[in-house]
Amino acid sequence: MAVNLRELWAYRELLYFLTWRDVKIRYKQTVVGVAWAILQPVVTTAIFTLLFSTWARFETGDVPYPLFALSALIVWLFTHNAVTLASGSFVSNVNLVTKVYFPRIIVPLAATIAGLFDLIFSVIILIGLMLYYGIIPTANLLTAPLFIVLTLILAAALGTMLSALNVKFRDVKFALPFVLQVWMIASPVFYPASLTPAKWQLVFAINPLVGIIDGFRSSLFGTPFNWPVIGVSSLSIVVICILSIVVFKRMEDDFADII
Amino acid sequence: MQAITAKNLTKTYMLGGVAHNSLRDLITGFFGPRGPVDPMKEIRALDDISFTVNEGETLGIIGRNGAGKSTLLKVLSRITKPSSGSAIIRGRVGSLLEVGTGFHNELSGRENIYLNGAILGMKHAEIERKFDEIVAFSEIERFLDTPVKHYSSGMYMRLAFSVAAHLEPEVLIVDEVLAVGDVGFQKKCLGKMREVGEKGRTVIFVSHDMNAITRLCNRVIWLKDGRIRCDGEARTVVGEYLHEQSSVSSARRWDTDAAPGNEFARLCGVRVCDESGATISTADIRLPVGVEIEYEVFRGGKVMIPNLHFFNETGTCIFVTHDWYSGWRDKPRSAGRYKSMVWVPGNFLAEGSVYVGAALTTYMPFMLHFVEWEAVTFNVMDTIEGDSARGDYAGELPGVVRPVLEWSTDVLGK
Repeated sequence: MAVNLRELWAYRELLYFLTWRDVKIRYKQTVVGVAWAILQPVVTTAIFTLLFSTWARFETGDVPYPLFALSALIVWLFTHNAVTLASGSFVSNVNLVTKVYFPRIIVPLAATIAGLFDLIFSVIILIGLMLYYGIIPTANLLTAPLFIVLTLILAAALGTMLSALNVKFRDVKFALPFVLQVWMIASPVFYPASLTPAKWQLVFAINPLVGIIDGFRSSLFGTPFNWPVIGVSSLSIVVICILSIVVFKRMEDDFADII
Repeated sequence: MQAITAKNLTKTYMLGGVAHNSLRDLITGFFGPRGPVDPMKEIRALDDISFTVNEGETLGIIGRNGAGKSTLLKVLSRITKPSSGSAIIRGRVGSLLEVGTGFHNELSGRENIYLNGAILGMKHAEIERKFDEIVAFSEIERFLDTPVKHYSSGMYMRLAFSVAAHLEPEVLIVDEVLAVGDVGFQKKCLGKMREVGEKGRTVIFVSHDMNAITRLCNRVIWLKDGRIRCDGEARTVVGEYLHEQSSVSSARRWDTDAAPGNEFARLCGVRVCDESGATISTADIRLPVGVEIEYEVFRGGKVMIPNLHFFNETGTCIFVTHDWYSGWRDKPRSAGRYKSMVWVPGNFLAEGSVYVGAALTTYMPFMLHFVEWEAVTFNVMDTIEGDSARGDYAGELPGVVRPVLEWSTDVLGK
């Protein structure tokens, strides 16, 4: 049942090259290229700031709203883009799947990892914004990579599962944008996680993004970690990973025949 | 040492009904009435195939479209799983089911070499080491940094094949990839594949080009309707395959009422044979081929000259031969059955299919008693053992005839 890790390791260079290709093509095909990676978080942050700190006010403590929004958008935009790209990755790589053998899981993984490049730009903007607002990081900052890694695992697991489902059920492509929209609203992207009533917080944390975003914010802004919430979300990620591997394994063998 | 062991390989595909392409189909299929799977909709692309390939062997796979060749290659390359049975391959497998798999139009030639190499299973260091060789082989040095979308199709194919040709797996699986590209480059590729085979690697090669198959492979498997129809020495299997493919065979008989003919004579049979007199459908290029024509004369009194017309597969008439010299040139025939025989010398016909037309003619005054344009056919094969007109050259060799001629070379000075 387990993914053949040794084989995956043997094919690591292909993973590298496919990631490299996805990154390269993304920036080559678009007119403004790299600017997309910057525009997306900046514009979204600006809109959220305008909407939710001017009209509908959310309590964000000492953290300026743009920083509050951007910290979550980094996580959200990466997840959104990576899941979207990964879920369509087999369909857009039909010729690879039907003509060459390699561990299939490389295709959605490469698409997910390629999204990390956008993330780097967002992080640079975040650092700039933190300097601008004079936020002094605390020791909490050391845990920030943990939440990025959790995001990566979550996106990879979801992307992999959806990519497999998308081969057989093309509905995925149409349902995904809608589901993602709902997911964003259900995640504490433009509002604080503390907005939910205390007794519901652990239920809320089944949504893995709740723990990730809340934890990421705590690491950046030095607020106390809500470990139970982070714990539930992490557990949720583990479940999603297992589910993803099961689904992928079951469908993998038929890819070349039904794609 | 066996490189490939295939045991009872079976691959079935379902047509319609079973594969759900949308969630709705699945849901309605789940709740709706579910009958048994219609067995008529099951296609057996491979039906219980077993064979082994030894290390260093070059195996050709032939068969008509839909015979299961591509499915077999896909199963051996692990692209798709067999429905039952197993295929064990020892060593690193490189499969070329398509030229330029994973090439991306937006990327430059250089970038595509690395990407395609990785997709075909080459290590980064290996690509790096062979990079210059690949570029030189492809003849596209000047356009290395141009996106391949600006390449001509010829350049694109050359680059793609160059990467593939430098793949050095222990087992190489090649589909009909040589059908593309210009003739000169095809030659180069065939040569490269021969090299691979000679280096002791195992090669599996699918092609419709029977000449390429006989030139490259020592052994051929002929697939028919998903089963192995024939497995053996390349020339024999190809010969039998071609024999079955053509509607005309190398030996035919005609019944009295259906025979070509007139009130003076009719054709009874035509046959191609070797020196021992056995009927053959494939002739060794080095050996004489006999063509025998049998006919019946109903009314005596006329001089009748049998004649045979030899055509190649492009429809070009290679030559015509008349029986002028066997003593019947001016001797009227009496009623009865006759058998005439002509020998085409070895090292004369070129490789390929030969169609023979048979006729019986009276020339003074002219009267054609019968003519059957495609009476029989046979194939001429060159095994390239070095003593034919080819010598050691394995590439494309044009020409209608292929004589071994006497050469002399003098040293005029040093």
